[in-house]
Amino acid sequence: MADAQGPYSQKVMEHFLNPKNMGEITDASGIGEVGNPSCGDVMRLYLKINDDGIIEDAKFMTFGCGAAIASSSMVTEMIKGKTVEEALKVTNETVAEALGGLPPAKIHCSVLAQQAIEAAIKDYKEKKGIK
Amino acid sequence: MREIFVDYANACPVDERVFSAMKPYFTEKFGNPSSHIISKGNEALKALDESRKTVANFLGAESFEIVFTGSATEANNLAIKGTAFKNINKDKKHIIASDIEHFSITSPLRTLELDFDFKVDYVPVDNDGIVEESALRKTLREDTVLITIQLANNEIGSIQDIKNLVKIVKEFNENIIFHCDASACGGLIDVNVKELDVDLLTLSPISMYGPKGIACLYIKKGVTVKPLIEGGFQEAGLRSGTENLPAIVGFAKACEISKLEMNERAKYLSRLRDKLMDGIEKNIDFVHITGHRTKRLPNNFSFWIEFAEGESLLLMLNYLGVMASSGSACSSNLRARDEDELVASPVLKAIGVPSDICTGSLTFSLGMKNTEEDIEYIIQIMPGIVNRLWQMSPFYLDKIKGHTPKMTKVDK
Repeated sequence: MADAQGPYSQKVMEHFLNPKNMGEITDASGIGEVGNPSCGDVMRLYLKINDDGIIEDAKFMTFGCGAAIASSSMVTEMIKGKTVEEALKVTNETVAEALGGLPPAKIHCSVLAQQAIEAAIKDYKEKKGIK
Repeated sequence: MREIFVDYANACPVDERVFSAMKPYFTEKFGNPSSHIISKGNEALKALDESRKTVANFLGAESFEIVFTGSATEANNLAIKGTAFKNINKDKKHIIASDIEHFSITSPLRTLELDFDFKVDYVPVDNDGIVEESALRKTLREDTVLITIQLANNEIGSIQDIKNLVKIVKEFNENIIFHCDASACGGLIDVNVKELDVDLLTLSPISMYGPKGIACLYIKKGVTVKPLIEGGFQEAGLRSGTENLPAIVGFAKACEISKLEMNERAKYLSRLRDKLMDGIEKNIDFVHITGHRTKRLPNNFSFWIEFAEGESLLLMLNYLGVMASSGSACSSNLRARDEDELVASPVLKAIGVPSDICTGSLTFSLGMKNTEEDIEYIIQIMPGIVNRLWQMSPFYLDKIKGHTPKMTKVDK
């Protein structure tokens, strides 16, 4: 088909159609779940963090549009192998940039991804008793 | 790659016969009907008169009751604002609309409320999208000047019993102007102004394989509206500007063909639609049909699916060659400047679809180019698409595990 990707970049469509790290981690070290009340999107991020504070595995489950799913997939790829502190430096801008840009109305999806990391790491620290 | 277009409520290809009828009016018969003393102009005027007669005949109206406009949106604006402005110096400043009107009705109504001191009341619809008569009766007031209710809804397909609603209104006060937006209906169901007994009615040729950029407002003899576009004397001064004659000729041709072929079309489309509806309902769980089961446009199948989001459904369908539409907020306006302009369909809210999960809505609106094979293909690919989205949906996971979701709401 001439144009199967609609308003999104090639990268967004790749991650939407073949998302990386989709699913659940049953023994996750931290789980972050964030939602956007304006559109109903919900992103749940599972992290498996080892004793050295390195994110060994990251998975997501997301209810939402193409941009929300692609942002979830991209963010799991970006934080895997990183330390917790490094992961917290991932911003919505870097997620959107890695996706080849998002339409202005969909920037909030990449914001959701950043907030999901923060929520999951907060959950991990609480469980671990880290301040 | 397969290409199946099932979004005819939003766009229709122009019928080849309509296109052929229009062509000479672009290049050869290009005259201006206002310059009718010269032959070219006179030729154009005759075509204009003839077209008006055909469109009037299609609606069961008289020629002088038809005003051509540039779109159904414009016709709706002319009906709403034109009636309001005609009455602006009187004490009658109350307008009634149904809860599921198109933006081309609700936006001018909002302007009248904000800038011209009108009061607008919206009559609720039931879960099938049918206007509640008792609620309508309660909304009528001594100072009601106008009521506007659509004939059928382009998203959920529900058809209103306009004749009966007109009766209720006119029994209360025969001077209340009744406008009916029938822009989603042409060529799909009967649209007869005498039968419906309305004062004003909007008709568009788009649903009958006619051109875009043209529509009309029927204005019953004796009813007057203020023009919104002023200039020369075209359209009896109610809509100035040189006539878009090729489109008007196409509109008339579309009416002529629809009159002959509507019954056959409706039969064909409803058979395909029923097959699609049946296939989706039988093969997919958590499907909720929106709109009335039987009182609905013959080509419309609209529904929503739990735990799957509308834009994602559209994107996956589109990837597999199927082009439909959705009322989800996420899919509403991707050219918007920011997320605040993403709004879930007010129609879905009005029929009681929970707004936080109404995002999984889909509308398939079928057309004469669709085939049995198209329908079979859609039925075949839909369960896979839905399953894939469910697999990544935290809501679905919670549902099958029996969990109660725990979510951190993020402030905007």
